Amino acid sequence: MRGVHSPPLQSGQAEGFTLKGEFEMAFKEKTTIMDKDAIQRALTRIAHEIVERNGGAENLALVGIRSRGVHLASRLVRKIGEIEGVTPPLGALDITFYRDDIGTRPQPKASVTEIAFDVTGKDTILVDDVLYTGRSVRAAMDAIFDLGRPTTIQLAVMIDRGHRELPVRADFVGKNIPTSQREEVRVNLEEEDGIDAVILGEEVI
Amino acid sequence: MRLKSKDLLGIRELDGEEIELILDTAESFREISTRAVKKVPTLRGRTIVSLFLEPSTRTRVSFELAGKRLSADVVNISAKASALAKGECLKDTAKTIEAMNADLVVMRHSAAGAPHFLAKLIECGVINAGDGAHEHPTQALLDLFTIRERLGKVEGLHVVIIGDIAHSRVARSNILALTKLGARVTVVGPPTLIPMGIGEMGCEVSYDLDTVLSQADVVYALRIQLERQTETLFPSLREYAALFGLNKERAVGLKKNALIMHPGPMNRGIEITAEVADLPQSVVANQVANGVAVRMAILYLLIGGGKSA
Amino acid sequence: MPDVLIRGGRVIDPASKIDAVLDVLVEDGKIKMVKKDISLKSADVIDAPGLIVCPGLIDMHVHLREPGREDEETIASGTRAAVRGGFTSVACMPNTDPVADNASVIEFILERARNEGVAHVLPIGAITKGLKGEELSEMGELMRVGAVAFSDDGNSVMNAEVMRRALEYSEMLDILIIVHAEDVNLSKRGQMNEGFYSTLLGLKGAPAAAEEAMIARDLILAEMTEARLHIAHVSTAGSVRLIRQAKERGVRVTCEATPHHLVLTEALLATYDTNCKVNPPLRTEVDVLALREGLKDGTIDAIASDHAPHALHEKEREFDYAPFGIVGLETALPLMLAELVESDELSYTQLIEKLSCNPARILGFEGGSLSVGNPADITMFDPKAKVKVDTNSFASKSKNSPLGGWELIGMAKYVLVDGKLVLRDGRVA
Repeated sequence: MRGVHSPPLQSGQAEGFTLKGEFEMAFKEKTTIMDKDAIQRALTRIAHEIVERNGGAENLALVGIRSRGVHLASRLVRKIGEIEGVTPPLGALDITFYRDDIGTRPQPKASVTEIAFDVTGKDTILVDDVLYTGRSVRAAMDAIFDLGRPTTIQLAVMIDRGHRELPVRADFVGKNIPTSQREEVRVNLEEEDGIDAVILGEEVI
Repeated sequence: MRLKSKDLLGIRELDGEEIELILDTAESFREISTRAVKKVPTLRGRTIVSLFLEPSTRTRVSFELAGKRLSADVVNISAKASALAKGECLKDTAKTIEAMNADLVVMRHSAAGAPHFLAKLIECGVINAGDGAHEHPTQALLDLFTIRERLGKVEGLHVVIIGDIAHSRVARSNILALTKLGARVTVVGPPTLIPMGIGEMGCEVSYDLDTVLSQADVVYALRIQLERQTETLFPSLREYAALFGLNKERAVGLKKNALIMHPGPMNRGIEITAEVADLPQSVVANQVANGVAVRMAILYLLIGGGKSA
Repeated sequence: MPDVLIRGGRVIDPASKIDAVLDVLVEDGKIKMVKKDISLKSADVIDAPGLIVCPGLIDMHVHLREPGREDEETIASGTRAAVRGGFTSVACMPNTDPVADNASVIEFILERARNEGVAHVLPIGAITKGLKGEELSEMGELMRVGAVAFSDDGNSVMNAEVMRRALEYSEMLDILIIVHAEDVNLSKRGQMNEGFYSTLLGLKGAPAAAEEAMIARDLILAEMTEARLHIAHVSTAGSVRLIRQAKERGVRVTCEATPHHLVLTEALLATYDTNCKVNPPLRTEVDVLALREGLKDGTIDAIASDHAPHALHEKEREFDYAPFGIVGLETALPLMLAELVESDELSYTQLIEKLSCNPARILGFEGGSLSVGNPADITMFDPKAKVKVDTNSFASKSKNSPLGGWELIGMAKYVLVDGKLVLRDGRVA
């Protein structure tokens, strides 16, 4: 008898539609570039620079790019509060839907943008962990413009590793690290990774 | 993480993980729908054909809005205006769509399985926006999203679905989706509207609304199609409303946090009274709002990734 | 016509209770001799070692579509498909256009069969004019020109009074009434069997009761009128039970089952494959097992294909809009060999009974036996040869079979009709 044991609850599954190798890359560590203290010091310095450049914290707003940029922005907000006694508003920006590489690489998992204040008229500090090609920053700026019209957008990053593909530069940098394109820089943060450390490594298959 | 198929034909073809992915992705899009500029550039340059061969306003508009908020080009082909009305067969319509290089087709059809047929004919993805009495997967997903939003979870909840189960694609998709996420489902209605073998889909069956209502976390009333009365499936709308209508007296017996849902459009006074429809526990409007976010998520997940790798 | 000598095959002729390696000599289109080691120099010799030699198979339920739908099948293509499937005779249903409810259509079919057919064609006349279930057709006249039985196949005669009169009238003529049993009020718009799958797939279901209720009515009417009733394409466990009980109390009833109902279940519809859309619909595993039981205990007398050709463009449609039917002439024998004989549910002898002797007996047709003097309708097949079904290779004009790609066993190799070799090495001569 046929048909009895055919899987009744499946039909119409497309074949040949998997992304081979999507998760097969592995990260091989080479050196630790910054430890916990170095990261702390860099953030403290950047907080001071932000306040100095903007003549205070009154009109500031910090927006972290998901996911690690949000943690960095959150720490900067705290530090600015300690320095100035004024805690600027903090937002989290998801740039998934603004990327320019949609359709050319595996889909990243989208998360939610949470910006509870109006960016219009603010001096907005965009915060990210690593500045590389500049494409994420471009996407982030587009996303912010959809939310309002800030007076300025400034960029703070923990690491600038070079290899820019767009006319983008950071206003505040934790550390400049010359890298080769084969290399990768990872910023590990306690909130997400359990440890504070910036690591240089390589993707290996 | 992505969906396994190029198509969304039914909940039957999805696993629990894929359902969760769709719901999680929809969270992002719900935020976008609250902005002043409700639009992201994600699907710029993509073409979505909305092929509605059975009249529908809600679902069609919801998909159209979802596509437009993702910056896709959405083209509508409706039953009356299409060549199908002039006797063209679906196979030729499919060829035409293929030739237009569409990236996705959203299809509503009165015949069960029509989207499956279309999906075999064309390379681009097909979303089932309702096929006969078979499935309406995006409705079930937005219902799940609404339940999760309001009650925090789906697993372990008891959902009571009331009405014309036999002719309802909403009921089928919801039974499959809810049980895949671990909810308990009871369908209630007169035996003439409960189809044979529905229990094997994983739900319980009851003919007595009043005994199941008190245990329900979610009460889902289906639309009664008025023409069923002429098919001798129930004696009169009056009797149906008396036995299976959600009225004020019945709403009093509900759990405090129980949700009241309806896929719309409602026949007020038949399956649900006006007072009940307007209670704070009624989330009918949320369902509609969430529909756009959930459909955005599905569009994004189906055609926002790489072309077949 | 040269004499033909079939040498060294395993001859199975249930009617003569023969199952032995024998030679068969055919002379002047008749069977001349069946015995060991016949030597004859002047005859065409078919070497048949390893082959089973049996009376030509008779399919008592096919649709040849001519006149009316020659794009789907003709008497020429349909009889070629028959021969390719090992059938030497086919009984064709009257639901042509025009309907075979008058002598001229029956005469036309027989004329075409004589001129263009390669197998015997046995036309079945309509019970009622236009298959409408209202007025009896001129059964006596139709019989005189060659109708072998009467049926409104595709429809049930819904009016019990009309059915009663048809049975009474047929009893006078001593001719068979074949019924398609379906209470259309119960089955209304049913696209498939009603049950879990129809619910899952959202397709309108036809309940088993729609078939069983009508069979029960017709059995009661046959009992009352003492007419000969044959129930076509029995598909449910309940139908088998009703017929078994009727036979026990002496009702003159026979019945058939199709190869697809004996093998396939409704679960195959999960992909909305319109080639699995058939009426009566594919049923459940329980029904399939009951049909096989009925086949074994003799409740089900015959296997008939219900060969129902449909144009590709009509099947390539939304499920609801596609017509009902499966082509079966070219797969019936190998499907039964692969599914029933290979699994030892049925012996070769039993299978040949169901495909040849019994249909001949039911239709009152001389054939279905290798007795000396009978017309030399002989089928030979290799019971070990594996075949993969390729619907494109069908001789039938239509390809609507769900069996494409299936591995089956034992295609017909040689077929003689009236002593003429019409199938040689699996090719229609």
